[in-house]
Amino acid sequence: MLNGIRGIGRRVVDGVWRMGVATRFFLLTLLHSGQSFRRFHLIIREVFSAGVLSLIIILVSGLFVGMVLGLQGYETLQTYGSEEALGVLVSLSLVRELGPVVAALLFASRAGSAITAEIGLMKATEQIAAMEMMAVDPIARVVAPRFWGAVISMPLLAALFSAMGILGGYLVGVVLIGVDEGSFWSQMQAAVDFKEDILNGVIKSVVFGIAVTAIALFEGYDAPPTAEGVSRATTRTVVTSSLAILGLDFILTAFMFRGV
Amino acid sequence: MQRATLDLWVGIFVVAGIAAILFLALKVGNMGAFDSSQTYLVKASFDNIGGLKVRAPVKSAGVVVGRVSEIGFDGASYEASVSLSLDARYKFPKDTSASIMTSGLLGEQYIALEAGGDQKMLAQGDRIKLTQGAVVLENLIGQFLYNKADADKKADPPAQ
Repeated sequence: MLNGIRGIGRRVVDGVWRMGVATRFFLLTLLHSGQSFRRFHLIIREVFSAGVLSLIIILVSGLFVGMVLGLQGYETLQTYGSEEALGVLVSLSLVRELGPVVAALLFASRAGSAITAEIGLMKATEQIAAMEMMAVDPIARVVAPRFWGAVISMPLLAALFSAMGILGGYLVGVVLIGVDEGSFWSQMQAAVDFKEDILNGVIKSVVFGIAVTAIALFEGYDAPPTAEGVSRATTRTVVTSSLAILGLDFILTAFMFRGV
Repeated sequence: MQRATLDLWVGIFVVAGIAAILFLALKVGNMGAFDSSQTYLVKASFDNIGGLKVRAPVKSAGVVVGRVSEIGFDGASYEASVSLSLDARYKFPKDTSASIMTSGLLGEQYIALEAGGDQKMLAQGDRIKLTQGAVVLENLIGQFLYNKADADKKADPPAQ
């Protein structure tokens, strides 16, 4: 009984402690960003490993999500005789919600876990300690470029996801089922607003990118330097960042779309 | 500066991402379809706007000629004052009438402009005088039931 209470207390204190360390780590990363921008080729390399290597999974899932939306949306809209609104349904759900959220979830499991594993292994093999020995700041050399590379990649990936999804919806709705092409695009253009919908989607994806990358970097940097520790940290990255994405999405949606 | 294949891939990725955002903005969104710089504002007061929203279309003969830019409440006349931003390419006579319509049975509401015969044209800041508010379905049903009850009473007066 007493041990149970003590365990709960230790866990809470531990969690708050980690939160504080994570915040300090995040602020340190921002502080060292200036140095990493002066060595831009490092950021370019991270854009490659976070963004370009995630391209295939993002493009293919975007296409399939859009195609499923097209099929399901058509099934439902058809019962109300308004299948021309398919374009509106597909584009708004992708641009506002599915694009940023699903792209960020995929990004967390594709790029976030890779970042955690890489930094965790660097720490386990004492590469980070070696850098410190050579008076190279590991946060400026390893962490900050990864942060900015991933944060730059995320909105581009989300936009590609939404664009592919809309193409998928077009393929299924117009080419396969035969919804009128003119009303598909024109109703979409009448309903989607650049500032309200597209820009808010981009803002969401930037916020998700920051959250996922910050979590992945911290988990990697904080991982116990053992094989088991790195594997646990990788799992925790995916779980924590997925929860963070969904929670942040609710908060952002409540701010952005209040139904004026 | 040395060029690596990695740079090429990153370049392709960035260009594709920007192209996707442009595709969303131009083909999916309504940016560029309606240039907001070349519009003129016209005001109109309605006794009831129903479910009209800001950015709802303004149509004439079924063609979109502008958008609702602002909806406010006039405390002096207890009417809704609506600002319409109309495309500068289209001029309407001063005695044009505006009415709030619904597209389809459950569709969104829009403002329909019916051109009049005046020689002078509406200009920036003018007011449309002839207006007709939205039809409120509940009032219509209420009126119908009331009339029907009246008619029933006349048809068979209560026996005395």
